[in-house]
Amino acid sequence: MAKWMSVAQVKEKIEESSAEEVTARYLEVIGKSKINGYVTVSDKALEQAKKIDEEGHSGPLAGVPIAIKDNISVVGLPNSCGSKILEGYVPPFNAHVIEKLLAAGAVVLGKTNMDEFAMGSSTETSHFGPTSNPWDLERVPGGSSGGSAAVVAAGEAPFALGSDTGGSVRCPASFCGIVGLKPTYGCVSRYGVVAYANSLEQVGPLANNVEDIAVLMDVIGGYDRKDSTSIDNKTEYQKALVDDVKGLKIGVPKEFFGEGIHPDVEKAVWDAIHKCESLGATWKEVSMPNINYALASYYIIAMCEASSNLARFDGTRYGFRESAENWHAMVSKTRADGFGTEVKRRILLGTYALSAGYHDKYYLKALKVRTLVKQDFDKALSEVDLLMAPTMPNPAFKIGEKIEDPLTLYLSDINTCPINLAGVPSISVPCGFTDGLPVGLQIMGKPFDEPTVLRAAYTFEQNTDYHTKRPPEVA
Amino acid sequence: MITKEDVEHIGWLARIEINEQETVEYMEKLNSVLGYFGQLDELPTEDVAPTYHVAELYNVFREDVVEECLQQETVLANTENKQDGAFRVPKIG
Repeated sequence: MAKWMSVAQVKEKIEESSAEEVTARYLEVIGKSKINGYVTVSDKALEQAKKIDEEGHSGPLAGVPIAIKDNISVVGLPNSCGSKILEGYVPPFNAHVIEKLLAAGAVVLGKTNMDEFAMGSSTETSHFGPTSNPWDLERVPGGSSGGSAAVVAAGEAPFALGSDTGGSVRCPASFCGIVGLKPTYGCVSRYGVVAYANSLEQVGPLANNVEDIAVLMDVIGGYDRKDSTSIDNKTEYQKALVDDVKGLKIGVPKEFFGEGIHPDVEKAVWDAIHKCESLGATWKEVSMPNINYALASYYIIAMCEASSNLARFDGTRYGFRESAENWHAMVSKTRADGFGTEVKRRILLGTYALSAGYHDKYYLKALKVRTLVKQDFDKALSEVDLLMAPTMPNPAFKIGEKIEDPLTLYLSDINTCPINLAGVPSISVPCGFTDGLPVGLQIMGKPFDEPTVLRAAYTFEQNTDYHTKRPPEVA
Repeated sequence: MITKEDVEHIGWLARIEINEQETVEYMEKLNSVLGYFGQLDELPTEDVAPTYHVAELYNVFREDVVEECLQQETVLANTENKQDGAFRVPKIG
């Protein structure tokens, strides 16, 4: 059995042999892994696959294995969010996306490593240690869905689910040379996903190719009444897979090609834009003047929402608890010892920014800047069909290189976080290499216009071979 | 600029115990990030409305119907600190 397979190939293999055999093969590859991509491997995966063989499941993903980021609840599997504070916690309910995957016949291989509570761009802040990038084990896979991206890139799962708050699906997709989609806000239910910054985050698929992204979106997308921010918008994602960009107007926002961008990244992205031009699209430069303020606005909003969302972790009902003589000391010690440094830093900053006297200066100001950023997207996308830019300004950096300086690490999200502020869809597809490390092209679209985003990504992929490149053998 | 006293106060508000050495470390790193946030001051926003949420949703209603909820033993399954069907915590104060 080939190590890297598309979902269609996995389904063929299941027809030829069985779901049990296919799952067993993935578990064997995972067993030899050197990348620390999984934090839990499911001991029920084989049983689940066998049941599908016996019952002759007819769902669109019957027997197809999938890896799940460890902030998405799966009954019976520990849900850690990469944190000590959730030690031993096993969710009593499935996330909405998991219910949908199980109904489609998917087999959950396990839970993947992540930056603690999805806060980070490198998967180094996990309580379970960093994940390695399959292209270079000394480098980060990106984050925060680094485990999900790395296991797909290493052939340890055909596809995976991640979550994207400020780029956490697209960043690791770019660093690991795979495809990752951040859907329009409201397209995919967040019910059962542990909240970090709820007005920004979305569950998103990671896969080896655009077609598999569409397959997964057709399963997980759609309205969920249990999520009050879910929007009823019916989209057929696989129907968007058309190899044709003739007549499409592409906008190239100059602010996304700012200072500090790696010259090879810039060249690879421009080559990709010119490739689309040669296939019949047109492009023009557009300006989004407030983008330079998006990063600060994003981090203030994310930290404020985090300080509120993470208040629930107090050691009372589940997870790690520190013993103390009274309630206040118990909660304060539990949170001091249970959370990692970066999570505490963000909770403290969020608490400060919301505290008396500072609310207007930071939080309200950030929300107003968000309006300006959204207006930039509205204006640009009224002139063109899509925007194209680099996903990350640089290729994957070395483990330990940026972790001590939070501001430097935050700056790496400069091209991805504006998208979450505006809530628009955005995909990262492989478009080149620099010194053997993958480079990602980011394609952004109008709200709910995933079909055009997927169409452009699919056309680019069908006419190039970057998505077929695999990392050197590491398992 | 955040002072050591500010860090201690924020730690109290956030219910996170911070020791003496950490107070200094947090003070330095938080000030560096807040310095970066200060760039927003240069952007005039007096006449701009805030966007709390990008999806323009207001109230989402449903019929007031009793539905199945988690059983008490399921809710208590993740803790060893339980007594008489409730969570056990140390005394307040």
